[in-house]
Amino acid sequence: MKYDFIVIGGGVIGTAVIDRLARYNVSALLVDKSDDVATATTRANSGIVHAGYDCEPDTLKARFNVRGNELMWNDVEDLDVPHLKCGSIVVARADQSDKLAALKDKADKNGVPVQILDRTRTREFEPNVADEIESSLYAPTAGIVSPYQLAIAYADRAVVNGADIELGAEVTAINRVKDGYTVVTSKGEFFAKCVINCAGAHGAEINDMAGAEHYDTVFRRGDYFVLDNAERKNVNTVIFPLPTAAGKGILVAPTADGNVIYGPTAVDSDMPDDTATTLASLDDIRKNVPLSYKSPAFNKCIRVYSGVRTLIGHDFVVKQSDMAQDFIMAIGICSPGLTSAPAIAEYIENLVVGKYNPQLKSGYTVVMPRHNRLDRLDGAQLDSLIKADCAWGRIVCRCEKVTEAEIVEAIHSPLPATTVDAVKRRTRAGMGRCQGGFCGPKVMEIISRELGIPLEEVKKGGDGSAIARYRVKEVE
Amino acid sequence: MMRTMKFDVAVIGGGPAGMAAALSANGQGASVVILERDVRLGGILNQCIHQGFGLHYFGEEMTGPEYADRFRKKVENEDITVMLESMVLSLDKNKTVTVLSPSYGLCKIEAGAIVLAMGCRERTAGAIALAGSRPAGIYTAGMAQKICNIDGYLVGKEVVILGSGDIGLIMARRMTTEGAKVKLVLELMPYSSGLKRNIVQCLDDYGIPIKYSHTVTRVEGSPRLTGIYYAPVGPDRKPVLQEEKFIPCDTLLLSVGLIPENDLLGGLDVNMSGITQGAVVDENRMTSIDGIFSCGNVLHVHDLVDNVSQEAEIAGRSAALYSKGEMNRDYDSVTVSAKDGVRYALPQRIGKGEGKVKLFFRVGDVYKNCRLVVESGGNTLVSKKFMVLAPGEMGSVEIDKSSISGDVIVRLEK
Repeated sequence: MKYDFIVIGGGVIGTAVIDRLARYNVSALLVDKSDDVATATTRANSGIVHAGYDCEPDTLKARFNVRGNELMWNDVEDLDVPHLKCGSIVVARADQSDKLAALKDKADKNGVPVQILDRTRTREFEPNVADEIESSLYAPTAGIVSPYQLAIAYADRAVVNGADIELGAEVTAINRVKDGYTVVTSKGEFFAKCVINCAGAHGAEINDMAGAEHYDTVFRRGDYFVLDNAERKNVNTVIFPLPTAAGKGILVAPTADGNVIYGPTAVDSDMPDDTATTLASLDDIRKNVPLSYKSPAFNKCIRVYSGVRTLIGHDFVVKQSDMAQDFIMAIGICSPGLTSAPAIAEYIENLVVGKYNPQLKSGYTVVMPRHNRLDRLDGAQLDSLIKADCAWGRIVCRCEKVTEAEIVEAIHSPLPATTVDAVKRRTRAGMGRCQGGFCGPKVMEIISRELGIPLEEVKKGGDGSAIARYRVKEVE
Repeated sequence: MMRTMKFDVAVIGGGPAGMAAALSANGQGASVVILERDVRLGGILNQCIHQGFGLHYFGEEMTGPEYADRFRKKVENEDITVMLESMVLSLDKNKTVTVLSPSYGLCKIEAGAIVLAMGCRERTAGAIALAGSRPAGIYTAGMAQKICNIDGYLVGKEVVILGSGDIGLIMARRMTTEGAKVKLVLELMPYSSGLKRNIVQCLDDYGIPIKYSHTVTRVEGSPRLTGIYYAPVGPDRKPVLQEEKFIPCDTLLLSVGLIPENDLLGGLDVNMSGITQGAVVDENRMTSIDGIFSCGNVLHVHDLVDNVSQEAEIAGRSAALYSKGEMNRDYDSVTVSAKDGVRYALPQRIGKGEGKVKLFFRVGDVYKNCRLVVESGGNTLVSKKFMVLAPGEMGSVEIDKSSISGDVIVRLEK
């Protein structure tokens, strides 16, 4: 297959990029090695839309963070992605007030609106900060978003606008040919005039394959606790400690889906895909959360997870390669990568427009249809949905109150969900306190039925992750 | 306009507790609805295809589905409204229930009394913050049981089980008889939280080893489990990592506790017990909110369904009387509390007066040759010797209400 553009990597950066390209009269393909988009770094991060106060001024991070924050609040409305502009605070003890002031200076340089709150006002805004906290830096433009749903929504809109997405296609070689590249994948070869590398933790490898700049990469793993949604009422905003060299520190934050998270830690590693939590790292969170937040509820934990940030030097690498023509890279995208995604995509769009001069299609889709969810529907709306399709009245996931109809919709969405995890990311079925213990088998059944595959072939997510594996003995 | 229905008693949950409560409320002449979220009555009993149910209640041993079927037939023969695939979305103080179902749509049920019979859920890998990767192959024992006994599939063939709750023990045997190799059962505590008979019949009889005071330290493999690390734990229940060992497996089943599923009560100010994680109830199984009753595993986790049925009958009968205004509400009551090795005693409140009342209790450790003492106002009401009391086996004693002269204390004497 021949394309004008191939985007490598279906994280939030790659999906945001292909979403922009899909608006033009070009052919565009996104390839990802997994069976869904948003399965690596995008799946496992803090889900914070950062204000941009702590980036070093005049870096790409500062620029894309501030611009990304502006674009984000618009994108999440157009795409109907769960979000909340709840602001954030960086909390400081009495002896840390000069550090907070330094952070405010940075914010001013980056053009980010912030204010310092004293002890009383800090507590008015977030009653549960630790008793030792004397002041905080409040950033009203910060907030939270569901990172995987954002990437999925970008991917869906890209498909609606005519882009192709090839999943399960791991790139094994990139060969320079006349007028472009042949991208060799586990699902065959694809030609493109221009390749855009958004391969996350594997970005440096993709650069090497294409003969572009070589970069040394550092991976930094971070573990998290996810708390039961009953904890949500205790946390109003994103609570950061003061940032350190290792990162923004262990935060306490609500999630866009109504849970609370504690984390991440920062453990350097040389493995791009190692997302195993460790006892030591989890203990680190247990020790650190009480320093900023006075009512930790580790007994309300429903899940632990871990994600990897990919670091190349001290800044993002977003540019046209100086060594390989028609090769654009957006790599080394660590924090604030999620917030920066729309701005990085906009920047790459401008690079592409400047160089290839594609024309916008007429009538491309910007606003995606709203998802119907129980908590959004009044009785009359729900009744009319149930009359048309009784699956709207059948709750499959009791913890998160997800109906069968929502699951069926996810399976038949523009980028179809084909695994239990993919359904979970789109609908939240299995994300609640029973962690799919009750709804898991039902979701498997629905996937099996809708995709016309036997139950043995329904996967959790990833090759070889079938759940119902062997038939029990049959009795004649 | 949302459809509204009225019943004397609305029973939330159609498992063993819900069915028994509905039948006993119906027996008092109340109009009754059972709200069941699954496609059939019976609850978790439907997937418990092993023997061991009904010895106490029916005087014969049967499987879970058979036990459920006895009740289901009775329910069907009575004038009891059963709403299947009906999920209760909310419950308010006025005993109005909002229900969603594919056949009725969204509707309201106004009830004279409510019986909570929602059962319990299993603690998950997430709830115990299991470290390591998050692959396919890690399931709660109950989920594996459902996939095995209802759907007809095995989830794996090389199995380690963490926790020795009854479902874990039952699944050790079940996986073995289906050709899987259960390599090891690990139990954090120095004793099992399951029934002794299940240790014998499900592990010992099949030569499956169990290591007490051991736990899983981390799991490995992605996207499928390839093995687990485990280690003994010290007196603080923290793993001794220097002694960590690896065992390859494709399945880790968790049987690490059951939690009464009381999430529906989130918006209500029901007085809850931190120990049972169920409501605090009186001898009628009424919660701190008038007209809301609780029974079965949503009240406290039982080991025998027979006890669930009996408890539910009390709740159902009381709910019917309450709805008809026939419940004696002005009685003088005392509290029941547990101490000295007894974790909890239930009901937590009983009335003075005539008749007998059965107190259920669970101990916090294994005690041998001990004496269970029930005191009230300085008098000993019961002093009963036990050869052994274990956390996995709920006990009961009967007391005479006429002898109550003050708050009741249930305790152990060595």
